Amino acid sequence: MTDQVEPSAPAAPKLEPDFVPEVEKPWLQTWRMFAKNRAALFGLVLLSVIVGMAVLGPTLYPADPYDIVWAPQSPPGTEGFILGTDYLGRDLLAGIIYGSRATLIVGAAAALITIVIGILVGALAGYYRGWVEELLMRITEFFQVLPPLLLAMVLVLLFSPTLVTISIAIGVVSWTATARLARAEFLRIRELEYVKGARSIGARNSRIIWLVILPNAAPPLIVSAAFAVGIAILFEAGLSFLELNDPNIMSWGYMIGSNRPYVLESWWAVTFPGIAIFLTVLAVSLIGDGLNDALNPRLRQR
Amino acid sequence: MAGQDDILLRVEDLKVHFSQKKQHLFSQASHVHAVDGVNFTVPRGKTFGLVGESGSGKTTTALAVMRLVHITDGQVFLGDIDIGGLEGEDLRRQRRHMQIIFQDPYSSLNPRVRAGDIVREPLDQMEVGEVASRDERVGELFRLVGLRPEQQALFPHQFSGGQRQRVGIARALASQPDLIVCDEPVSALDVAIQAQILNLLRALQDEFGLTYLFISHDLGVVQYMCDEIAVMYLGQIVEHADRISLFTEPLHPYTWALLSAVPSADPAIRDRSDRIRLRGDPPSPIDPPPGCRFASRCPFAESRCSGETPALRTIRDGHAVACHLVGDDGVPPQRQI
Amino acid sequence: MNTPSPILSVADLAVEFDMRDGVARVIDDLSFDLMPGETLGIVGESGCGKSMTALSIMRLVPMPPGRIAGGEIRLDGENLVAASDVRIREIRGNEISMIFQEPMTSLNPVYTVGDQIAETVRLHEGLSKRDARDRAIEMLRAVAIPAPEARVEEYPHQLSGGMRQRVMIAMALTCRPRVLIADEPTTALDVTVQAQIFDLLRDLKEQTQTAIILITHDMGVIAEMAQRVVVMYAGRKVEDAPVDELLLNPKHPYSQGLIACVPHLQAVPTVERPPLMEIPGVVPSVSELGRGGCPFAPRCAQAMDRCRQQMPPPSTVAPGHQVACWLIDETRAA
Repeated sequence: MTDQVEPSAPAAPKLEPDFVPEVEKPWLQTWRMFAKNRAALFGLVLLSVIVGMAVLGPTLYPADPYDIVWAPQSPPGTEGFILGTDYLGRDLLAGIIYGSRATLIVGAAAALITIVIGILVGALAGYYRGWVEELLMRITEFFQVLPPLLLAMVLVLLFSPTLVTISIAIGVVSWTATARLARAEFLRIRELEYVKGARSIGARNSRIIWLVILPNAAPPLIVSAAFAVGIAILFEAGLSFLELNDPNIMSWGYMIGSNRPYVLESWWAVTFPGIAIFLTVLAVSLIGDGLNDALNPRLRQR
Repeated sequence: MAGQDDILLRVEDLKVHFSQKKQHLFSQASHVHAVDGVNFTVPRGKTFGLVGESGSGKTTTALAVMRLVHITDGQVFLGDIDIGGLEGEDLRRQRRHMQIIFQDPYSSLNPRVRAGDIVREPLDQMEVGEVASRDERVGELFRLVGLRPEQQALFPHQFSGGQRQRVGIARALASQPDLIVCDEPVSALDVAIQAQILNLLRALQDEFGLTYLFISHDLGVVQYMCDEIAVMYLGQIVEHADRISLFTEPLHPYTWALLSAVPSADPAIRDRSDRIRLRGDPPSPIDPPPGCRFASRCPFAESRCSGETPALRTIRDGHAVACHLVGDDGVPPQRQI
Repeated sequence: MNTPSPILSVADLAVEFDMRDGVARVIDDLSFDLMPGETLGIVGESGCGKSMTALSIMRLVPMPPGRIAGGEIRLDGENLVAASDVRIREIRGNEISMIFQEPMTSLNPVYTVGDQIAETVRLHEGLSKRDARDRAIEMLRAVAIPAPEARVEEYPHQLSGGMRQRVMIAMALTCRPRVLIADEPTTALDVTVQAQIFDLLRDLKEQTQTAIILITHDMGVIAEMAQRVVVMYAGRKVEDAPVDELLLNPKHPYSQGLIACVPHLQAVPTVERPPLMEIPGVVPSVSELGRGGCPFAPRCAQAMDRCRQQMPPPSTVAPGHQVACWLIDETRAA
């Protein structure tokens, strides 16, 4: 046992003997995680049904939701009107079907505006720091301290209530949270070495912001976008309830608002639109939760 | 020493100061003197080491050379060009001549980009070579750093730490730079992996005549890798020498303390009776005191040390030190007792 | 020759983790003794199970997914694996205490350091508030923190990294534990501060005769601090020897690699710089553990067929020097 094995320079076996390149696109991995989450899948199915209703519903059930078709306040089931009629005798089912369009359009458009303003403000503030950040964050704080529903009402009243103005109004009052989130992510990621690496090869600021940092900041922003849709839908319902809706387009919030005085005589006229709003927001929230888990890299490793 | 025309990098009186946010409305704005008047030159084809503890400014110096932090004052010449003064398109064009390898292989690669694209990116961004030849070049770079070309399709998280660092090295080599800044390239790696990376860096240097600016806090690694070494303390160079004389005849008490502090497997070092211990932590580089910045921790400090700032003076060929107490004969204070 | 009995004795320890694709043995067949007043180094790469060993001794293995699947950990004869939760809480921080790598996150930021030290003594020794505070000041003085009367009122963020690690040591030693586990205690610190912490640990050990388990990846630290060293790889002990013996005469190819692959600071550097010895490849992932055969075989330049089929048992090559490697058999036979 005397001859010790010489430690210096043994014939080293070559590196990585049999590495199996297994490549899975990140979004595929995200989908696998998402699909494992039953609640999220349920949300996705529910939302698909609602979207399907908005797209195909008017073709399958061609009825004008503003037409007075039967006696006012007929209970569900009367003469083939599955959900009954409201205080003027309008078909509630038609209202629900057509109302889903306003709800989804405003929800999506307002969320888009929220996300776009939020990311723009947050990204510029977080990336450039200095006076840019100072200025943008003061503006953000200004919007944050205004009561959002009141501000949205004022905005809608100033211009005539159409889907466009309502979406803009909701977007304008609700982007601040996204901006703060985006700024926090940008502040964190801009200090990482791969961002320095991008600068060291001469990448321009715009490239670094949009192609290097933003994709890496995306997961929480996507989740926040999902929740923004839910919030926008509730806002839209709230505005319509106050009759600040586009008068030419039926909306669930408007249905609840206009039937509110008669709730004791015809409960169904406020209940069904209420359930519709509830289910839509639920679906969006479940999806948001599912995305949150699926995009969380720490949970993904398991 | 190397002749003037062999100098690749020349740093003259480099200063990088950061102003700190005021703590409250009426407090004075304070300044972090991260790098405070640093001079050195790096001969072409050599490895120049910057060592020091946290807050010494070694990494900031490297980032300033790379133009990744704002230079407050001073010049940085790469060849004949003052890259410290370049802006915009001119700076972008010079970047292909200098590249950097980062410390942390987990944060230095964009997790959403495939390894092949990470290595290809500098070629596209800095328009190196013909577009058609770039794919081939990426494959060649992978082979150079000991990765298999098939691994281009993988994402960073599918590599081990050592492999990630190889990807980082391939990216740094892509534009065939003259200077590569290595910012603690192995300190985040497992001990057994460090040798792989250090051997690779040396082999690449031999093959392509690369010049390294090598930042590390690990004196063993520096001793192995570097030809010339500057020891930094609180933003200034306190000693500068070639590899052999720095380690055999350290002059500055701080260098000596640093060498004394390294836990060593070498019994010749461990059993030295003249090891010295510093007290306390390195002070903060915010608004540093006048005089020698090491005075507050120096076991040999005299009254003039905290009053007068010692200049970096050359004691003998290529060996410079900034300490009042080192005699002109080159006898350091730790040997004068 | 009278052999003193070990203060802590680990025998055939096995720790398992439930993974998505089955059970992984992250520690297998681990045995070592810690003598009173001794410093034992445990060295290895990340993922070799050295931190998990520490957590097992503290009974802090996260359960689930982990569990101590077998073996014994005896503190002065008492088997900690079988001890009740109440007993374990008495032991933790009192008879065995631990300091961690990251002094930034191992102190609670909302309490003063004095309160945090005092809490330990109040918990274990039932001291009054005033006495506990006095003890905290005394401990801060013991770990050479200047002006301890003032520091006791400070919060962790007001202290430097080195100071925080001193506070951690003070907390760990307040109850005069018999065993102190230090898991990479200086990795986050500057080298001059590290040297101070090591001096402090050495002095405190002289005074209290606390036995120390020092977990590190740095052979230099082992050489400076420990008397004996256990080299771990993939959850197994590959070599166990007195420090000087291991540094001069490492038997296991992995130990040889660990020593040779790092450029150690030399007192007189040579002009020639031969390439460093490399240990190729990487540590096996947790799911690859327990496949039979020597876990180091895929990275070993001297691996034989036998190495890939059978796990080598530990064999004694010199007094107090054990190695688990088939090459030992080969050289003996030759």
